[in-house]
Amino acid sequence: MKIALSVKNVSKYFGDFKAVDNVSFDVEDGKFFSILGPSGSGKTTLLRMIAGFYEPSSGKIEIRGEDMAGVEPNKRPVNLVFQNLALFPMMNVFENIAFGLKRRGERGKIVKDKVEAMLERVGLPGFGNRKIGQLSGGQKQRVAIARALVLEPSVLLLDEPLGALDAKLREHMKVELKKLQLKVGTTFVYITHDQSEAMVMSDYVAVMHAGRFEQLDTPQNLYNRPASSFVAQFVGNNNKFTVKVIKDERGNFYAATDYGLKLKLEGKFDIEQDNTYEMYIRPESIIINPHDDLDKLNIIEVDVKAILFDGGNSRILVVPKGTDNEIVVMLPQNRKYDYLRPSDALKIGWYPSVSVCFKGIGERAYEEIK
Amino acid sequence: MKRSSKLKVRWGFIIFFTPVFLWLMLLIVLPHIELLRMSFIGTDFYGKSGFTLENYGGFFKEPIYWRTFARTAIYSILVTFIVLVIALPVAFYITKLAKPKAQGFFTVLLLIPFWVSELIRIYGWIILLRESGVINFVLLKLHLIKQPYEMLYHDATMIMGLVYTSMLFMVVPIMGVMESLDNALIEAAYDLGAKKLAIWRKIIIPYCTPGIMSGSIIVFMLVLGSYLTPKLMGGKNALWFTEQIYNQIIIYFNWNQGAAFGFLLLLMSSIIIFIALKLTKQEFTKVIK
Amino acid sequence: MIRTLPRSTAYTTGFKIFIILYFTFLFAPLLVTMVLAFNDSMFPSLPWNGFTLDWFFGNGPKKYGIFHDSINLRAIYNSFRVAIGVTILSTIVGTMAAFLFEQEDFKFKNLLYFLMIAPMVIPGVILGISILMFSNAVGTFFDKTFGWNIKLFDPGIWLVILGQFSFITTIVALLVIARLKKFDRTLEEAAYNLGAKRWEVIWFITLKYLRPSIIGGAAVAFLMSFENFNTTLFLVGPDATLPITLYLQVRDGSTPVINAIAFLLIVTTSTIALINLYASRKIEE
Repeated sequence: MKIALSVKNVSKYFGDFKAVDNVSFDVEDGKFFSILGPSGSGKTTLLRMIAGFYEPSSGKIEIRGEDMAGVEPNKRPVNLVFQNLALFPMMNVFENIAFGLKRRGERGKIVKDKVEAMLERVGLPGFGNRKIGQLSGGQKQRVAIARALVLEPSVLLLDEPLGALDAKLREHMKVELKKLQLKVGTTFVYITHDQSEAMVMSDYVAVMHAGRFEQLDTPQNLYNRPASSFVAQFVGNNNKFTVKVIKDERGNFYAATDYGLKLKLEGKFDIEQDNTYEMYIRPESIIINPHDDLDKLNIIEVDVKAILFDGGNSRILVVPKGTDNEIVVMLPQNRKYDYLRPSDALKIGWYPSVSVCFKGIGERAYEEIK
Repeated sequence: MKRSSKLKVRWGFIIFFTPVFLWLMLLIVLPHIELLRMSFIGTDFYGKSGFTLENYGGFFKEPIYWRTFARTAIYSILVTFIVLVIALPVAFYITKLAKPKAQGFFTVLLLIPFWVSELIRIYGWIILLRESGVINFVLLKLHLIKQPYEMLYHDATMIMGLVYTSMLFMVVPIMGVMESLDNALIEAAYDLGAKKLAIWRKIIIPYCTPGIMSGSIIVFMLVLGSYLTPKLMGGKNALWFTEQIYNQIIIYFNWNQGAAFGFLLLLMSSIIIFIALKLTKQEFTKVIK
Repeated sequence: MIRTLPRSTAYTTGFKIFIILYFTFLFAPLLVTMVLAFNDSMFPSLPWNGFTLDWFFGNGPKKYGIFHDSINLRAIYNSFRVAIGVTILSTIVGTMAAFLFEQEDFKFKNLLYFLMIAPMVIPGVILGISILMFSNAVGTFFDKTFGWNIKLFDPGIWLVILGQFSFITTIVALLVIARLKKFDRTLEEAAYNLGAKRWEVIWFITLKYLRPSIIGGAAVAFLMSFENFNTTLFLVGPDATLPITLYLQVRDGSTPVINAIAFLLIVTTSTIALINLYASRKIEE
């Protein structure tokens, strides 16, 4: 596979502020690559450097093997779908899509054919004469993507393009966008703060935090094997326990909470200097009322504090007996626990293999993963 | 490569910068420096010209000059204040009380008279107010008065004329800010038990201060620099300072004296605007928009 | 208090009367002026002696209407020339100033911006005399040094154009800046990203967006120039503009031909203002 985009040790400073801190990654041709991070994590800055609106303070950006240093944004083989879409309100749909082609000097029938083919592709045939103001949110979305795709860029950059849509439409557009990318085969670099968008659409996701990549992996691995405390918290939901890891005489590791729970762990831990860890267990990994004879499980007794009904995403909030450390537990979809009421007593359990532990806070794991 | 991109940006800059710079230098800065220079030049008994403070000395020695000066300043402030008092309820009615449909109509109605030249508007007042004017004619016909009464050439008439000609420049900026005042703020104040006066004092006026200030500055400047209205509506013996300037330059051809007067007028207006801005804690570049 | 709150009848009625009085005050002089343009009398005053169009079309021997009044026609022609010159210059330079202050960064930008808005608070009379003195000084300089007698520096139509341009440009610039401030600069970035050059971005995107405010600015410039008196007074040469000519006639008393001119001016300027307003509303929608 050819490398479409290669970012090598790129940093960007604004005065003393490090917006992007030594980031490196490659994107293979035809892949859907997402950069996921909270606002202020530096992902937009990174994208604007790729598009050419910022020069990196150090490092190198290559597109199809060509160094982009000093290449103006209007000369780069990348196109950007803006966060607010930036459709030209003074032009109609056709003129918007034809704008880039005309700047290249293409004229007449070629332009017309290309634009019409593109409109067909994004599912808006015959929309050429519409005014931008007459389009719905989802249609604007597609015009913005069509306007960029018609130039056949080596890489299409997308800056949270679904941000402005309402929740239902966003769900729909996620799927649409993934299908479109598979159909056109263009390399997509997509930035978002919405982990669900990144997970659903991407081949690879980089989780960005404070200017650095915390983890670069497939969506499955990000979810199942987070590489850092930050990723564990940012991707999916997680229950967090601050624990001391101890080792018994047989060499098994346990996590001890300060309110007296002793929980089995899997794997090896470094407890020589400091044995404080953060342990994470996903709400959906926790079993309600497990069979007592499953002795491999960690089983604890809890009181129900609240029922958080949310349709298919319903959960309960429980606390270990005699404490107020809240744990969120996913409810199964079979209505088996409809009878639960606050202050009911319950047992919950999980396999030691589903919990993950990180030493201290903000551990940087990205270098190891690569 | 990086430097060439910088160079390109500078080209655009030069194209925009040059005409603007030439305009401000050649037509604003240098003429005012020349004005200042001229005000310090005098011709002595033998026709030799040189540096002198005589032009400013003359201003303070001759009571008619500084009295006119003070009169112009005080009347300008008075007119600005009257305009403000009338403009506030007008703007309030149009933006907050009138039916939304009527709003656009009122705004257009408000603007039309001010697109007509100041001279025509003053002319209209003259044919209304003078001894042989329309009002006198009507009052005589109705037997309300026996003798025609000359309503022109009083200070009060002149003030009314100045209020009339500068009104719009107060109403429009105040309407601008009042429009952006969220009705919910007034509703909330009302809901919390505030009386009308309290709502005006605590909510509306503070919120509208930028608009009030920009309107006041423009009105004050227009009134202070006004020539036509005082000349055509004011009393024969009641000079406006701009007339003094005109007399010096055009009638007596004493440019140096005229320059000194001009500079004093500019100085006074700058000081009054500066004080007003400081008192209301507004910034000049934010107020003039 | 406001539309949505309960109000007493006295409050509402009081306000309504106030507004009616205000608009009467606003329109009375204009209406009277316009009506008296059609009075068959030698003076612009009552009594009403019957309807006539003589003050428009009359050609002597007693009444000379505006269309046969060579002095006033000449003045209107001069005002047109000045206004067209000022409109072209002010619109171009004002738009450039808007780009300069909104899109470029440079040293002393704040100082230059301050200078640019200064004409708003310099009395027109002062602008007039300072430009008169400066141009006189420059003219004298060229005359003494090179023996050139350059007409541009003498009072006259060119100096009037420059004098009006000096402050009308500020108004155009402020109007364009107001719209440019609302401009979403990502549109420019998007155009760059699609391969446009700097001039193409300005031409196809920014200027297209600014067009209503530039047209509006030009209309304002034209009207302000056409009716300017204070600055013009000091710079005018033998070719007097309309406000100057009218001023002399108003001061010294004249026939209702002034009412006829006023009628035409009020109707024309109101029409231009209304079209401008309507067009800008249309664009906003």
